[in-house]
Amino acid sequence: MVRAGDDGVARRLKALACTAPLHDLDSRRTRLDWLDAAPYQMSEIALQAIDQVTLAMDFDHGADQAQVVRRLRPFVAAQAPEASDDEHERVGHWVIENLINVGSLDRGFQIDYGSLDEAGRYVRRRFDFKLLVELAGPDGQVYLRASDEAINVLVGALDTDVESAQVAAEVKLENLIQRGRLGDARLAAEQARYRTVQYAEALRQKLDATRRDVRSVDWLASVPALLDEALTHIESRYRAETAILANIADARDDAAEPDRRRQAADLLGVVNDCIQRHTQLQTRLQEAGAAFRAEQDRQEFTGGPQRAAVDVFGQLLRPCLALDVDRALAPTGAFFGAGAGVRVPSVPSLGGLVETLLTPPAERDPLGQPVPEPELAPVVPDAFGELRWARADAVLGAGGDVVRLSELLGRARDVDAELPALVALRTLHAVGTAIATARNQGDGSVLIAVDDGAVLHDPEFGGADLLVASAAVLAGDLDEDGDGTIDGNDRREAS
Amino acid sequence: MSREVSPSDVEAAARLVAFGMRPKALPGRDPAYAELVRRYREDDVFADTAQRVASGLGLVVLAVDAAPGIVLAAVEESVFEIRMDEYARRTALANRQADKVLHGLAHLASAALAFPRPDDLGNDTYVGRVSVDQVDGAVREAARLLEERVSGSEEADPLSDAPQLEAVWRVWLRRPEAAGTKDGRAGEATTRGIVGKALRFLADQGFLVPVGTEGVYRTTPRYQVQVRELAAQRAFDELLELGVLPVGDASGSLRGGSDV
Repeated sequence: MVRAGDDGVARRLKALACTAPLHDLDSRRTRLDWLDAAPYQMSEIALQAIDQVTLAMDFDHGADQAQVVRRLRPFVAAQAPEASDDEHERVGHWVIENLINVGSLDRGFQIDYGSLDEAGRYVRRRFDFKLLVELAGPDGQVYLRASDEAINVLVGALDTDVESAQVAAEVKLENLIQRGRLGDARLAAEQARYRTVQYAEALRQKLDATRRDVRSVDWLASVPALLDEALTHIESRYRAETAILANIADARDDAAEPDRRRQAADLLGVVNDCIQRHTQLQTRLQEAGAAFRAEQDRQEFTGGPQRAAVDVFGQLLRPCLALDVDRALAPTGAFFGAGAGVRVPSVPSLGGLVETLLTPPAERDPLGQPVPEPELAPVVPDAFGELRWARADAVLGAGGDVVRLSELLGRARDVDAELPALVALRTLHAVGTAIATARNQGDGSVLIAVDDGAVLHDPEFGGADLLVASAAVLAGDLDEDGDGTIDGNDRREAS
Repeated sequence: MSREVSPSDVEAAARLVAFGMRPKALPGRDPAYAELVRRYREDDVFADTAQRVASGLGLVVLAVDAAPGIVLAAVEESVFEIRMDEYARRTALANRQADKVLHGLAHLASAALAFPRPDDLGNDTYVGRVSVDQVDGAVREAARLLEERVSGSEEADPLSDAPQLEAVWRVWLRRPEAAGTKDGRAGEATTRGIVGKALRFLADQGFLVPVGTEGVYRTTPRYQVQVRELAAQRAFDELLELGVLPVGDASGSLRGGSDV
């Protein structure tokens, strides 16, 4: 038979699989676009995270994620001191979410492995495991607990018996203390504490089951055995730890090196914590008997049967759990269909219908949002009007030769008292007219005004008595200096 | 012996049936309802009329009594039938089958925890209490016992290429109990989410009544009748057909711990 060797392979393969998510963290960290992952050792942070979660586990609940990340931050920060606190926290959350495997429906991991069945055929099986598990606390909050697999990965004690590992750790601890190797002693003490947590967890499960239903737990043999075992465990641990405590206190007081003194003080803290956990465990053990009796009273001493009925739990639920998914569909579906009651098709009642129809529609302005009143500035009216512009054109265009501004004003004044103002403006505008612009616009002619130094004598206006002329614009003919303006060079030609 | 059934009798019978469609209506709260229930119990012709009205609508009268009132159930393909497909609509297609089983199981487990022993189901005065915590915890515990039974054997892990052949207890155990979401509530696809949905649904149907602290419900006589007279029987028959029903005895078979 290949059975024995085969089992060993499968077991080792599973143990190996538990570490895969940690390796995976390191291989995937480079793909994070929000992080320069080089300084971070993700698997190390993951182990620290499992460590922190395990330490926070007690009877009632574990630690919530924020709490764990907070405790994790110093370890993350140590790896990349120059990065921001936000980044450290984000890395912490990322690691924990990956240990939970948040993206998957079952929030766990799985690995396929093969084994040989009775006929010697190779059969592929799936091993499902979790590292961090989310549980709902009594207050509805979600807490983290480390799974057994995670604790095994963490302490590196794959496939070992809890009790024997406990004894081994103790012996090791005492030896280490005698030889004064405190760093190792601390490690051993912590390992002992993990064992304690495991015990507590097993007991919690039994107690929970007992509270739910006395008969679902074997109170004749298995629970008393577990209680005995746990009590013996507490007793021996208590003895060991008291001895260790005295030993370390001595070691601390005797130590000359500050470093060793600190180590001893740390260890003292760990052992104190262990003792506290034992006390807690012992309290629960004492309560267990009373809880059982109370539950037994409550569950057993009620009235006798009145009629034969189905045992829903034992005859329906448990067989259904044991079925495969395909076959369980029929009985669970039948129970649901028959047990869910009747669905009343929703038909609008007349009252409801009338009400719906008579409800005035929500007022909605067809014009939409009110238009804000614009602030209007009064428009300056055209001071001259079309007629005067036409007359000014006539005055300016008349003659065609070079004319003095004073003469133009005189002509304008003959036509209209207001006209000289417009003529004067247009003449001023004509000083430095851009020939190129007029040409680009396709104007046929352009008004040019040039100052030759003569002074204007006029009752309304002052300044230079400009020379004004209308010049035809020839296509393709630029003035010599090419700047398109009338300047000193052009003046002579214009005159 | 037989007497004429007047149209007004039919109307009264139909009114009684209509009361059964209101989840929250109870004879104790409504004198007209109580009067119809009394009439049903005392007048065989009226009872027969009510049953026929119900039958015509695609309903079966499970019981009529002062405490639960009239308890109705829908026959298959009736407009009143609640289908699992509608109930578990928001599940991903890929694991639809497993999800349906989990939802059905949540209802089964709710009933199992509401009436932990056959006596409780049989005793008309029994009022059970259920909470999400209890239901999920009990199923997990039962699943864990099944896991212990196979642990160490080669059956300890499921076949990797046949998800339909995977045992239901594995699916339940593997599904997380709770999952942190952005708003701090438990996720819907978790077992607690599924059980929570079942309990809320049963409360809406008038089978459970929320009491005191959040998430704890007590059973109503209506639920007891529904489970006892119909749901348990149907599931029982299905299991009988599959040939996996354990032999029951008078004292009940809920002794999970002893055979581990």
